[in-house]
Amino acid sequence: MAGHASRAQTAPIDLGGALLLIAVLGAAVAVPYCNLVLPPSSPWHVEGWVVQLLGKYLCFALLAVSVDLIWGYCGILSLGHGAFFALGGYAMGMHLMREIGDRGVYGHSELPDFMVFLNWSELPWYWTGFDLFWLAALMVLAVPGLLAFVFGWLAFRSRVTGVYLSIMTQAMTYALMLAFFRNDMGFGGNNGLTDFKDLLGYDLQADATRAGLFAASALALVFGYLACRRLVTSTFGQVLIAIRDAESRTRFLGYRVEHYKLVAFVVSAMLAGVAGALYVPQVGIINPGEFSPANSIEIVVWVAVGGRGTLYGAAVGAVLVNYAKTYFTGAMPDVWLFFLGGLFVAVTVLLPRGLTGLFRGVRGPSAFGRGAAGG
Amino acid sequence: MRTVPVRPGPAVPCGLPAAARPIVRLCLVALVLLAFAVPAGATTDDDQFAAAVDALALGSYNDRVAAIEALAALGDPRAVAVLEALMARDLYTRKDTGAVVIGAPADSRRQVRPVDPVTGTIGEPVRTRSLAKIRVNNRVRRAIRSALGALTLADPEPARRLDAAQAVFTARDPDQLVPVRRALEHEADPDVRAALVQAAAAIELAAGSPAERLAAIAVLAESSDPAVQALLSERLLDRDGAPVEPDDEVRAAAADALDRIEQRIAMWRLVGDVYRGVSLGSVLLLAAIGLAITFGVMGVINMAHGEMVMLGAYTTFVLQDAIRTHAPGLFDWSLLIAVPLAFAVAGLVGIAIERGVIRFLYGRPLETLLATWGLSLILQQAVRTVFGPTNREVGTPDWMQGAFETAAGITLTYNRLVIIVFALAVFAVLLAVIRKSAFGLEMRAVTQNRRMASAMGIRTGWVDALTFGLGSGIAGIAGVALSQIDNVSPNLGQSYIVDSFMVVVFGGVGNLWGTLAGALSLGVANKLLEPTVGPVLGKILVLVAIILFIQKRPRGLFALKGRAVEA
Repeated sequence: MAGHASRAQTAPIDLGGALLLIAVLGAAVAVPYCNLVLPPSSPWHVEGWVVQLLGKYLCFALLAVSVDLIWGYCGILSLGHGAFFALGGYAMGMHLMREIGDRGVYGHSELPDFMVFLNWSELPWYWTGFDLFWLAALMVLAVPGLLAFVFGWLAFRSRVTGVYLSIMTQAMTYALMLAFFRNDMGFGGNNGLTDFKDLLGYDLQADATRAGLFAASALALVFGYLACRRLVTSTFGQVLIAIRDAESRTRFLGYRVEHYKLVAFVVSAMLAGVAGALYVPQVGIINPGEFSPANSIEIVVWVAVGGRGTLYGAAVGAVLVNYAKTYFTGAMPDVWLFFLGGLFVAVTVLLPRGLTGLFRGVRGPSAFGRGAAGG
Repeated sequence: MRTVPVRPGPAVPCGLPAAARPIVRLCLVALVLLAFAVPAGATTDDDQFAAAVDALALGSYNDRVAAIEALAALGDPRAVAVLEALMARDLYTRKDTGAVVIGAPADSRRQVRPVDPVTGTIGEPVRTRSLAKIRVNNRVRRAIRSALGALTLADPEPARRLDAAQAVFTARDPDQLVPVRRALEHEADPDVRAALVQAAAAIELAAGSPAERLAAIAVLAESSDPAVQALLSERLLDRDGAPVEPDDEVRAAAADALDRIEQRIAMWRLVGDVYRGVSLGSVLLLAAIGLAITFGVMGVINMAHGEMVMLGAYTTFVLQDAIRTHAPGLFDWSLLIAVPLAFAVAGLVGIAIERGVIRFLYGRPLETLLATWGLSLILQQAVRTVFGPTNREVGTPDWMQGAFETAAGITLTYNRLVIIVFALAVFAVLLAVIRKSAFGLEMRAVTQNRRMASAMGIRTGWVDALTFGLGSGIAGIAGVALSQIDNVSPNLGQSYIVDSFMVVVFGGVGNLWGTLAGALSLGVANKLLEPTVGPVLGKILVLVAIILFIQKRPRGLFALKGRAVEA
């Protein structure tokens, strides 16, 4: 199978990926430099809020890459990836809540404000250990990974595929959203977790911390991209593509299709969790709205706009769509949904290979076989 | 006549601030008198009534009690105002003419407005010095209360009699036992009779001999009213947990009766929950049935389906608006007119969507999903731009308002019942269209084998468009129904989309009966879980159960079999 694949599918890195890596690594150095070192009078000075905004885009880019890994290469359209993102975010948010210590409004040394408000006397068991950064970091990977494992194991084993799987993932994130809205879940209910003070002793409001988080997001995106690229160019990745294009045939050839899908799904969920964990300290809040099905569908659109099955296209799409969102919701809020809706329709009908597809040419390294369009 | 323990009640009903009381009382007196002035002539002679009222002012207290009983015996509704005024010490005789008048408060404290008890006319304010107050003592007051009870219990309006009987039940005033017994002798209405029997039993339970209490418990045990349940449990134990009822035998009977009542109430609660579940299920059925066509028959994932529902609801709103301004008389028919209109609007939008977008995406279900999601955003924003983001008010015609009251205090509203019937009717019509009509035949042919159908001369593209239009139109009809029970806002469709997909997937794609079974079972499951775990957790449990169920049966309850499955 590998013999038939074009060079772009097996090379350690393709042209688009190389450009993406150069751009992200460049930004990882340049943006903090322009923010911290250059004086505010300089025309190249970057404001603190811009750093924060760009950092947010990078987290979304990593999330989009994780979705592209399973959608573009394995044909699994997850409409619930926002759930993994939010779970990673909640794990980080819980750590940040513990970091507040007794600086909360009620000044309780152990309990976060919302628990004091609800008259709880002690931390629920599942908050144990979240004061340790390493454990929280582990949970950022473990919780989304475990959910993806259980959900994927059940779904793939019983061959729930295509649209059914999409709707099930949507139901999953919807159920989680309802659950996290409940106050007695112990995750802050409607308001979520917020009022964070610092991370590893660094003040979250300081410019240097923000620049550091930006650089960390950039590095996470680079590593996430490289990991996914490594995965899809390996023999394992070739089987994933085979599953995407002809699942039954691959199964009849003797591959345990469900195992391949499960590995890809879990890796993707963990990457999404990391993206969420980096997102939360930068925006300063995590609430159950992140679980909403609409959010998850929007992620898929970033990937579709950028061009699925390329990995770098997903990252580009995430940044472009989110830039457009920032622009429209600021300048013409009424037009934003028209624009987003129109984008969905235009991209699916007119640009099935996304914006980056325009530059790849008709015979270029397309990741799409005949059956790929059906997903 | 039996003697009953005397329990003095409050002489003057109070509760309003003192400043407001005179004005309110004036209005009340006038209202009561006016309300009774018209039918009064039909019941008694004015002269007879006037004579009975004048007798109140004469003689000793004993004579007054006799006069009150005589007045009550006339059964004239106007007597209520007179007796209430006497109870409140607002009944006077004019010193100049000797006529009995009701004193309604005037602007000055030294004056009152005399109200003629027979005609209800309000005279010019007169000085209180020119009036003589008719005096009452406790015995007279008791006679008044008893007479008032008898009068309201003898009201020509059954609803008022029912209220009066229920008031007696709550008050459990031993003075009322005699009027209740007397009313029972010639009461014909079964509901009022039952309430009277219950009221008499409640009084006897509170104040009768052990044998009477036993008989009362036997009567009360037949009830399934939560108020009776409370009454019996109060009788068993007081707030500190000490037994109230001294007699062991009576206590055992009460405990037994309480058990039976609780069982019956639990049964009625269950009936109420199931009714609400079926009602939710019928809403889900309406929302999902169009989806079952577009998704089940055509394999198109229409994420804009919820927006078709929303369009139907807004069509109803616009239509009602037009009817209100141009033809208010048609308002009762507005929902019936809205049904075909909403079908047309949503159906045409659906056909436009199919021709404009979806036909380019056949065979690519995931892309269809994304494109239709985009369309749903556009439609939502368009409606928000035109109608604004706030909820719109859609009126309910009179014939849909109201509710059944079942025994245990469970109310079943009519609009829910109408929606249940409507959903089943839509389901039946749709089934008939697909099974019996030529279009249904073509639709099934295209679903089963597109190329063969095309070769047989069926215009498959046209059938696709019409099928999509049919599914969307039914969503529009669902919108008419949902406008009655949900907020009509641009987000209306969003709240149903996940649920309707769950119904279709759970029931099995491509099978309308599966959709029916799926919708009803999800609705009932939700509502049965609700009382024990709360609405949100109940919903989560149902979602998790569906996710697990799909693992076991990936194609739903009623799965299609054969080659079409793999397509």
